[in-house]
Amino acid sequence: MAGKALEGVRVLEYCSMVSGPYCTKLMADLGADVIKIEPPRTGDEARRRAPFPDDIPHSEKSGLFLFLNTNKRGVTLNPEKPDGKKIFEALVKEVDILVDATPLGEMEKLGLAYNHLKKLNPGLIMISITPYGRSGPFKNYKAYPLNTAHASGQANMLPTPSPNLERPPVKVGGHSSRYDPGVIAAVAILSALYRQRITGKGQFIELSRQEALNSIQRVESVTYANDNVYLTREGPKKGRLSTMMLPCKDGYVVAVIPLDHQWEALKKLMGSPDWAEKDWCRDFETRNENAEELKKLIIEWMMKHTKEEICKKGQALSCPISPINSAEDVVNSEQYQTRGFFTEITHPKIGKIKLPTAPYHFSKSPWSIERPSPLLGEHNEEIFCKRLGYTKAELLRLKTDGVV
Amino acid sequence: MCDGPLEGVRVTEFTSAWAGPYATCLLGFLGAEVIKVESKRRIDHARFMAFSTGKVFSGPDESSVFNSLNTNKLSITLNITKPKAVDLAKKVIKESDVVIENMRPGVMPRLGLGYEDLIDVKPDIIYLSSSACGQTGPEKGNVGYAPNFAASGGLCHLTGYADWEPSGFLGAIDLRSANTAAFAILAALIYRQTTGEGQFIDMSSQESIAILSGDAFLDYIMNQRTPMRQGNQDDFKAPHNCYLCKGDDKWISIAVGDDKEFQSLCKAMGKPELANDERFSEVKNRWDNQDELAPIISEWTKDQEYYDVMKKLQNVGVAAAPSLSPEGLFKDPHLNKRGVFMQVDHPNLGKDWMVSPPWRLSETPASIRRHAPLLGEHNEQIFCEMLGMSKEEIKLLEDEQVVY
Repeated sequence: MAGKALEGVRVLEYCSMVSGPYCTKLMADLGADVIKIEPPRTGDEARRRAPFPDDIPHSEKSGLFLFLNTNKRGVTLNPEKPDGKKIFEALVKEVDILVDATPLGEMEKLGLAYNHLKKLNPGLIMISITPYGRSGPFKNYKAYPLNTAHASGQANMLPTPSPNLERPPVKVGGHSSRYDPGVIAAVAILSALYRQRITGKGQFIELSRQEALNSIQRVESVTYANDNVYLTREGPKKGRLSTMMLPCKDGYVVAVIPLDHQWEALKKLMGSPDWAEKDWCRDFETRNENAEELKKLIIEWMMKHTKEEICKKGQALSCPISPINSAEDVVNSEQYQTRGFFTEITHPKIGKIKLPTAPYHFSKSPWSIERPSPLLGEHNEEIFCKRLGYTKAELLRLKTDGVV
Repeated sequence: MCDGPLEGVRVTEFTSAWAGPYATCLLGFLGAEVIKVESKRRIDHARFMAFSTGKVFSGPDESSVFNSLNTNKLSITLNITKPKAVDLAKKVIKESDVVIENMRPGVMPRLGLGYEDLIDVKPDIIYLSSSACGQTGPEKGNVGYAPNFAASGGLCHLTGYADWEPSGFLGAIDLRSANTAAFAILAALIYRQTTGEGQFIDMSSQESIAILSGDAFLDYIMNQRTPMRQGNQDDFKAPHNCYLCKGDDKWISIAVGDDKEFQSLCKAMGKPELANDERFSEVKNRWDNQDELAPIISEWTKDQEYYDVMKKLQNVGVAAAPSLSPEGLFKDPHLNKRGVFMQVDHPNLGKDWMVSPPWRLSETPASIRRHAPLLGEHNEQIFCEMLGMSKEEIKLLEDEQVVY
């Protein structure tokens, strides 16, 4: 029987929206026991976010929430209440990992800071994800994902190449810049867990969103410091043909051809046109000198062919050329389907629905969905009564008191 | 001295460029020993080329890019097209916990270094293969770089202006894949701690990008609607964009989440009456009319330094942050105080600036301990000290272009 990579690993999630939930989803999907804490009655903010089936908002039918919270057990809890704090502490005692994405200072206000929690559970690994970290002149500054995306350097370089600098730089599309800190956090968490299983000791991990996003810009970020180079979204002055965004009959393709043999492949793809045999195409330098003209000729050819045709033939010639895929293209892609990138689950309120899976296949401990994302407070009884020992009557009282 | 959480873990890598090397670089930050198997026959192009600046280096030990992505590692040269080199590689792998490679599917098995070959040498080896589209499927033979995966993964389509072509992407895409690969390896390490078993992990670069906009597929799956790029725009928050400030290409990002924040913004701009303007007074109208609001905000920001705007708005609880270029990042007071940029001594580069690891662990910190290795720098350390071979043996193997 297939194993689960993170079986026996216990996680408590005290987050909402994307970063923290994606971090714990990564672990839940590989078998970790994840308990997600949501505010009573209102629940995670993500429940109120599109997409909804037929655009009808419904707190149990958000596609965003559905995707980000697979395999988790969900409880409602208000740790601001004294009984809620007690329950939070009881949960912390039973877990290896606590993921906290509350604003700086909130856990201290609740009396649930790491220094206190580690006394209850010396093996606890706690990570705090905040916009700007826990120190520094901007540590208390407010930030939405737009702001940390721009303050990290990630957004400053987009879109690329920009025709000029008159329009603003833009963040990466969708919620992408919220996913990034989630993965980056998970790397440190599992490393700390590896160590904890040897020594029995936990620790506190601090992650600034700004720094997480900057970390994946690490090469660009030091170009000014090391080389006095001013990189902008206008793109490199040289090598305009090395990476080309090309309109075609039904959309766009991107071709990355820094090397000569790749240029040869592109030529072949286009049926070895006469203009490509002339002197101005003889090497990297001359081609770049004539980049504008050459690009126009290439686009002329591309406009007569579809993304699928261009990329299939191009890749067969080992040309690094790929389609600009929309969500529709990805869902309908033969490659993605063959890989099982999408799987169908049954959700209690939505019914049957396809969900993306994961980009990795483990040979012995595969990814799987054992349960869909939780309904609000779905596992209150299981966790508070069965695991923590509260009676059903006590649970009812806690509910009326707004604790759960 | 190293005290990271992964101290004692040894990784042997057969990777080049950005994605593979950064995955192991992350493990190295966290204390693992990483041995990079290279060859003079086919040198990692990051040693010669900086995609971001277009810079080209004359020797293999002068690249700041390579330095940034391969810090802490050891380098040995083995020409794995030769059987004797494959034998030596196996001896190194016998002493390792993890192997990672990012060659085209089929190459490593052909060389005798596939997962099936290595379990004979080390039964509990964890082996991750990272390829463009995965080890299976009609497109498994595809080639590509970061911009290709951004395209086929769906991120280009989602990024940029609504009325302009899709944005391209650069190296940060590879570093995203790298974080995902590092996470997968760590999950396998935890599984091995529990069960004693290693395994094979098949990772697809394009899928590792696609999953980071996983929720974007849900709109198509639920409603047959494809999300489109929308600049900096949010689904319901407004204003939510960048506005021009004083200087060259200097922009401030401002995001307003509710009516209260909007009122504070108007007051700060010296236009409190704007908060009652029926075009903007409520969330929905404000979003609908955000294009009318933009020039009013720009008029206020355009003659101010972006840090001044940030301070004024943060003081009244409005989220604002500059859009930082590499120069901006390097000079940012918050990142400076946080020690995000550090210098690492390099024999050829002198003091090379680098971005510090993004997480702060309280007990077993992540660290940058030394510069990236010179080509083959650790041949003696690995072959002689670790494997017990003599210097004479190594010299002979060098002459045979085995250690090469």
